[in-house]
Amino acid sequence: MIVQEKVWIITLLGVGLVALTFLFVIVQAGKPPISDLAPEKAHAHVLQRWWFLALVVLGVAIAFSTLRPFPIASQQAQSPTAQIVNAIGHQWAWELSRRRVTAGIPVEFDVTGADVNHGFAIYGQDSRILAQTQAMPGYTNRLRYTFTQPGTYHVMCLEYCGLGHHGMMATFEVVADAQRGKP
Amino acid sequence: MSAMQLYPANERLTRNERVVFNLYVISALAVLVLLMLFGLTMRMAQGAWISVPPRIFYELMTAHGAGMVGTIGLASSAVMWFFLRKYVRLNLAIFAANYVFFVLGAIAILASVFIGGFAGAWTFLYPLPVHSMTLWSGNAAALFMLGYLLIGVGFLLFYLDAMRAMIRVYGNLGRALGLRWLLGGEIDQSHPKTVVASTMVAITNSIGILAGAVVLVMCIINIYFPSLGLNALLVKNLTYLFGHMFINASIYMGVIAVYELLPRYSGKPYPMSRTFLWSWAASLVMVLIVYPHHLMMDYAMPRWMLVMGQIISYCAGLPVFTVTVYGALANVYHSGMRWRMPAKLVILSMFGWAAGIVPAIIDGTISVNEVMHNTQWVPGHFHFYLLLGVLAMVLALMYHVIGSRDERPDAAADRVGLPVYIIGGLTFVFAFLAAGHVSVPRRFAVHQLAWMPYDRIGSIGALLVITGMLVFSVRIITGLVKSPAEGDRAHAAG
Repeated sequence: MIVQEKVWIITLLGVGLVALTFLFVIVQAGKPPISDLAPEKAHAHVLQRWWFLALVVLGVAIAFSTLRPFPIASQQAQSPTAQIVNAIGHQWAWELSRRRVTAGIPVEFDVTGADVNHGFAIYGQDSRILAQTQAMPGYTNRLRYTFTQPGTYHVMCLEYCGLGHHGMMATFEVVADAQRGKP
Repeated sequence: MSAMQLYPANERLTRNERVVFNLYVISALAVLVLLMLFGLTMRMAQGAWISVPPRIFYELMTAHGAGMVGTIGLASSAVMWFFLRKYVRLNLAIFAANYVFFVLGAIAILASVFIGGFAGAWTFLYPLPVHSMTLWSGNAAALFMLGYLLIGVGFLLFYLDAMRAMIRVYGNLGRALGLRWLLGGEIDQSHPKTVVASTMVAITNSIGILAGAVVLVMCIINIYFPSLGLNALLVKNLTYLFGHMFINASIYMGVIAVYELLPRYSGKPYPMSRTFLWSWAASLVMVLIVYPHHLMMDYAMPRWMLVMGQIISYCAGLPVFTVTVYGALANVYHSGMRWRMPAKLVILSMFGWAAGIVPAIIDGTISVNEVMHNTQWVPGHFHFYLLLGVLAMVLALMYHVIGSRDERPDAAADRVGLPVYIIGGLTFVFAFLAAGHVSVPRRFAVHQLAWMPYDRIGSIGALLVITGMLVFSVRIITGLVKSPAEGDRAHAAG
């Protein structure tokens, strides 16, 4: 399952859980106050403590699992083994140093902006984003991605850059690795 | 017990206070409806239901973003002022000056957009303002930034006055924030939550506004002296520090309405706890250092800042869930709640805030941001907690105030208007979220055919939201312009 689908399901479940909690409390809210609040309060404090602890444990676990390994490639130097594509954003067109790369071998997109900030987003054949980085004047962001499927891929600008922003698109081809005999 | 009175005497507005408060509320409602119409126009244009040239679309987008951020800030500052003035002596002239600066700033922004053609988005990311491809002039960009500066000056004056007034009563800002009770000691239950929240907002948003002023002045200088080039990454950091802080300050000012109003309608005390004080003290730090989550796709950023952005995004949510929302729900549970409009809106605001930060926190994860950043997922989550969260907080206060002057605070119109607003709001935000999860980009004037169903469903949602908002606006404005109730009739209601 791709990241977007996981995120969508988690969000629906999370919002649904919040909604159910609110509905439960709203239904209970109309009931008369409980005369002796002491046991109620003690119960609420225990619940609050466990609720807090559960969220802390969950947060630490998610942070650890999503940050190791760090999801962004090292920016120190060009990868010696990757296929290098220099990508420069202009108002309102992409300049790519090559438009054909091989599947199965890492590709490094060295992305920058010539004039203003742009967003370099790679769209797969299912029209979903595969990866992205910003294209900023004065900086080069190194985006590494290994394509597994041959075909035509699209690049769209995801940082608003003026009147022609929505038309700033490019395409490139991913071809099968003939030597390896696999995509 | 005064805290449980529905309309305590010390909340009554003097004649001059009423004039200024009414100006804030009526202006905010009028501008919000206008900006919502801009939003509807954009969604309908994306769905190809109407034709809007891209140039006009991006101008509307710029005005909508800048206007919404400023106006919700203005409206929530009225919430903070309304309740804080009960505990400290605020200067009414300064509160009025904030309004005047806001109006002047708004005029400058509208002129720069609709006369000067400035369409650099509300974030005015350098160097776009000086790279318009001849669509707008440097003067138009400078006028837009001058508008921001004017609004910032007004808010800064308001916060400085609030800090002065709180220092006069509590000795220093640390005491106003309740820091002395963090590690022990018996908490003074008469110490107002409003003061704690106001102190946090005044400190943090003053810092945010100063960061904004620095970046605005740098950009204006760059417009007229292009040889003084700026570092785009530094400018982006300052812009998002300012932008993130300003919009979050609106939430923290708005939530004061929840602390003040909820116990009055539930009839249950809402005591101050050490957890509450810790959460506000922690939020003070976290809200200032969380902004790198807006720059996760800037790989040139130091790695530690991006990690901090992710972890603080998670942590910043904890006080919300564990303290305010949990506290509010516990307060309402088995309370014999009086379900009048302010109470309904307060609970709606808690839901909008709590549910809205679910997609927001998830997007604060770097590996998720890599596929969700700058898609419609982003307007999906921020509209969730602004439309159904902060705006509901502000409306709760407005309805509470007119309730003190009206025999029937829950008119039939409200009983229809509120569900329409909620259904419309949920439809509107889920259309954005659904589109974001299939990678529809945000801020595109022209949409592909496959994206249009989301735009059209979103448009229907927006139409319902505006219908509900019109009902609220008419009811509130009509209620506000009525004379205050004779004698103490309203206060007897408590």
